[in-house]
Amino acid sequence: MTAHRLPSGGLLIDRARPVEFRFNGKPVKGFAGDTLAAALLASGRTLMGRSFKYHRPRGVVAAGVEEPNALMCVGEGPRATPNQRATMVEIAPGMSARSQNHWPSLEWDVGAVNAAIASVAPVFSAGFYYKTFLFPRIAWKHLYEPVIRQSAGLGPAPEGVDPDEYEHLHAFADVLVIGAGMAGLAAARAAAEAGARVIVAEQGPRAGGRLLSESDIEIGGMPGADWAAGEAAALAAMPNVTLLTRCQGAGLYDHGYALLDEEPKEGPSRRLWRVRAKRIVIATGAIERPLAFANNDLPGVMLAGAVRDYLALWAVAPGREIVVFANNDDAYRTALAAHLAGLTVKAVIDCRAEAAGALPEAARAAGIAVRTGMIVAKAKGGKALKSVLVAKRAADGRVAGALEEIGCDVLAMSGGWSPAVHLFSHCGGKLRWDEAQAMFRPAPERGAPTGADGEVNTFVAGAANGLLSTAEGLADALAAGARAASDLGFSAVAAEAPSATEPGMTPLQPLWFTPSVGKYAHGTKHFLDFQNDVTAADVELAAREGYESIEHAKRYTTLGMATDQGKLSNINGLATLANALAAPIPEVGTTTFRPPWTPLSLGSIAGRDAGTLFKPVRRTPMHDWHEANGADWEPVGEWRRPFTYRRAGESREASVAREVRAVREAAGMLDASTLGKLLVTGPDAGRFLDLLYTNMMSTLKPGACRYGLMCNENGFLFDDGVVARLPNGDFLCHTTTGGAERVHGWMEEWLQTEWPELKVHVANLTEQFTQIAVAGPKAREILQPLTGMDLSASALPFMGIAEGEMAGIPVRLFRISFSGELSYEIAAPAHRGRALWDAIREAGAGQGIQPYGTEALHVLRAEKGFIMIGDETDGTVTPQDLGLSWAVSKKKADFIGKRAQERPFLSHPERERLVGLETLEPGKRLPDGAYAVADPAAKTPEVIGRVTSSYLSPTLGRAIALGLVKRGPERMGEVISFPLEKGEVMQARIVDPVFYDKEGARQNV
Amino acid sequence: MLLITCPCCGVSGEETEFAPGGEAHLKRFGPGSEEGEFAGYLFYRKNPKGPHFERWRHAYGCGKWFHVARDTVTLEIFGAYKATETAPPQEILDRIAARGKA
Ligand SMILES: [Zn+2]
Repeated sequence: MTAHRLPSGGLLIDRARPVEFRFNGKPVKGFAGDTLAAALLASGRTLMGRSFKYHRPRGVVAAGVEEPNALMCVGEGPRATPNQRATMVEIAPGMSARSQNHWPSLEWDVGAVNAAIASVAPVFSAGFYYKTFLFPRIAWKHLYEPVIRQSAGLGPAPEGVDPDEYEHLHAFADVLVIGAGMAGLAAARAAAEAGARVIVAEQGPRAGGRLLSESDIEIGGMPGADWAAGEAAALAAMPNVTLLTRCQGAGLYDHGYALLDEEPKEGPSRRLWRVRAKRIVIATGAIERPLAFANNDLPGVMLAGAVRDYLALWAVAPGREIVVFANNDDAYRTALAAHLAGLTVKAVIDCRAEAAGALPEAARAAGIAVRTGMIVAKAKGGKALKSVLVAKRAADGRVAGALEEIGCDVLAMSGGWSPAVHLFSHCGGKLRWDEAQAMFRPAPERGAPTGADGEVNTFVAGAANGLLSTAEGLADALAAGARAASDLGFSAVAAEAPSATEPGMTPLQPLWFTPSVGKYAHGTKHFLDFQNDVTAADVELAAREGYESIEHAKRYTTLGMATDQGKLSNINGLATLANALAAPIPEVGTTTFRPPWTPLSLGSIAGRDAGTLFKPVRRTPMHDWHEANGADWEPVGEWRRPFTYRRAGESREASVAREVRAVREAAGMLDASTLGKLLVTGPDAGRFLDLLYTNMMSTLKPGACRYGLMCNENGFLFDDGVVARLPNGDFLCHTTTGGAERVHGWMEEWLQTEWPELKVHVANLTEQFTQIAVAGPKAREILQPLTGMDLSASALPFMGIAEGEMAGIPVRLFRISFSGELSYEIAAPAHRGRALWDAIREAGAGQGIQPYGTEALHVLRAEKGFIMIGDETDGTVTPQDLGLSWAVSKKKADFIGKRAQERPFLSHPERERLVGLETLEPGKRLPDGAYAVADPAAKTPEVIGRVTSSYLSPTLGRAIALGLVKRGPERMGEVISFPLEKGEVMQARIVDPVFYDKEGARQNV
Repeated sequence: MLLITCPCCGVSGEETEFAPGGEAHLKRFGPGSEEGEFAGYLFYRKNPKGPHFERWRHAYGCGKWFHVARDTVTLEIFGAYKATETAPPQEILDRIAARGKA
């Protein structure tokens, strides 16, 4: 037992199960059910981290999700998770936790020098990041970046691959209730009793919310905590209810879509619930506000409610001598609880002139000094709170009279409570300012989330709805649950609210800023945002510099932009801004809350979609052979294609050159299975393809192929491929590898939406057929022995089709060529692909056949001046630009893109058009994408073209390139300049884009 | 994330199951059309704040294109109808009118 662990009590801990863990390498003992924060406080430790900018010593402020200071890195190695709130992490045997933002140690930190600098020159004052952008880049490199890197940054990223499992779970609910405090339990019970399917998500380990910590609330004649336990048990026993704990409502989205982030006790590390709910009840309670006085960030300064939580839930006394500083009655509960726990309550400092409510009276009756009309002007201490300076508060809010020092190790502060409206705001819920309670609360009459049917589908209940009293909150929640169920047709019986008693509350008095005297009079040590180290002075500076909108001031000061998203700072910050602008708070407005409610682990978001499941890989039937034979893989869409097949000791370049030579000199074989294959059938198929392709397809004779181009309605080329008219009259349209699904979708779109009267059916057969290209002068003699089909030029001419068997496998032969050589593309059923590949390989072994990859394919086609979609095209290039006018029909009345190509600028003579480029230094390759300019010496050179493809051609023994150049075809023989990096200029001669076999003699054999 | 019901197969699915296709009921202008007509077809869109008639495809479902009447502010879906309809059905127009947004 430590001095800070109370001898009895602690609703959440199991004293029979001690747990030992390590903090900053040293062993710490706690009990099962302790959070890191509770166990560390119990061990007497109040210093838990250093602040982000100034590295000021910080302790725990809260007991729940709103904790801004006590961020820790939990776990080791690949399991290390930074920025975990110590208030939310339950300790486990062997767990290791480290504090953050300090070097070399938490107790002695070099970075705290930033704070010292800041007091001389405002290095990190409001707008620091923006102002320093005005400095020259050199200052960033040598001055600001090193300073920021050294001092800033939250926890370190884990090293290695996360070994934990994360899962996604899709769920459906009639009513989703977020929060299982009093309101959530009541709303869920009402909806569930009516028969609705209910999911309840509670972020803490146990249902009950603040009822667990408040000893003076009775519901239905029993202590609030007991009532909550009974309700939770009743809900858990209902077959139509799923009650989740350790599960935050992370975000609300359109049409009743919600994300719940669960950290289950067993199973995966995290489970992300993707819920579609017909109705949602938000019962997320309220968050207590800190008070802004000098040094309000010292370890030992805590929220009053949190001090009660530590006493009641974990039997932990955060200190032995307590001062309470408040503007409301509720905080007196802390004084009473501390007194009851045997701690010394030195005083309650209440800024109100009078405090005559039931709780202040109870405090007085307990012998506690109640000092009204007073404020805490300053907290004193080094790494821990030692005392507070209190003073009378004048009518104008200033400090009046002498300062009095009160020794204490805990200051419990309360500025009132703000409804946790975050989730309501996520999906468009509007708020209004409640002057009496000094809070923004939901205003569904101004706007509330709606479902697909336009009906309001989200209600807020209890404290989250601005109803802080137990009786009102309970009635509100029961009504919300019943309303949610009855909206859906369930006959909700209007359950009578159980009796609820608690001490009556008198009004609070808003207190946004406590002036101090002396050095910190101007709020430079009055922290509003603890996590981002934003002070009241920063917000006032922002106002003076013209950042009058809260959205601007937020970004300028970074108020509320840390991982806690301003849960504690939001209202205090905008009240400070309103005060600086002398404007009412509702006029200043609030910032918009966005998901998630608290940080989501990236693992949660990814779920199982990691590693090999991140994106499926498409494999051809020959994939394994490629893998076993040295394939350098290249991703093409979801496919993997061999870039080249390297032999032992061979460079990539040498391998590609060898493959190119094999095709030109003997034969090569290419796995072309990834090409898109769309079967277009039906009586109107020809008419339809005439509309889709720029050239005429309806005139194609069965048994023949034609190269076709597709444009979009803007007239730009987006896909190409060979269209084969099968012997039975059907059309088989080949597309690019990456374009198969896109072109299929394109065809469906036009058929379904523009020309539904056409009788056409399209099927994507890409994966049904394997396809092997056999190219090279020896292609025929290799293939002929494998088949009974006559492969002679007369029987199967260029662009012809044959059907039959090859090596006993049913095949379809297309005599088409993308290399300029004698070439056959052989299609077979996919499951016979590997057998066909092996048969051809074996048949050609004697003639020197070699497999070739995509890079050789590219070199071969570039040598022939064939364009490649995505290289020569980029969505702004027309067929005419590429010298493909021969493939654009002049006869057809219409095709997609025809009208656009009539626009004057698409036939403008200054357009960039396709040319070949030969570098003046034959061994030197132009870089892909290099720009050609008119005069490289000009100050702002005029761009006249660019390189679209560039290779070293093994066939020609020189570098070749294709490019788009203004008036290109009119400039044959002209030498143009390509300025490169560091002043280098390459020169190339404009030539015909067909570099090799211009007559096409090699394929006409 | 929107919840959309496909009028072709009847399935209600997540927005991610569908692919958006922009404004509905555009009239295609092809060869021979005036520059203004063609520009209107190709480029000009209503982009309203409020009820909007738009094209969607049940991309990861039945594959069919269809039309949706949707409020771009409240995200209310007034109804869905077949791609072959050249104008919104009266019942959907009535529903929009009932919201005071005709
Ligand atoms: Zn469908």
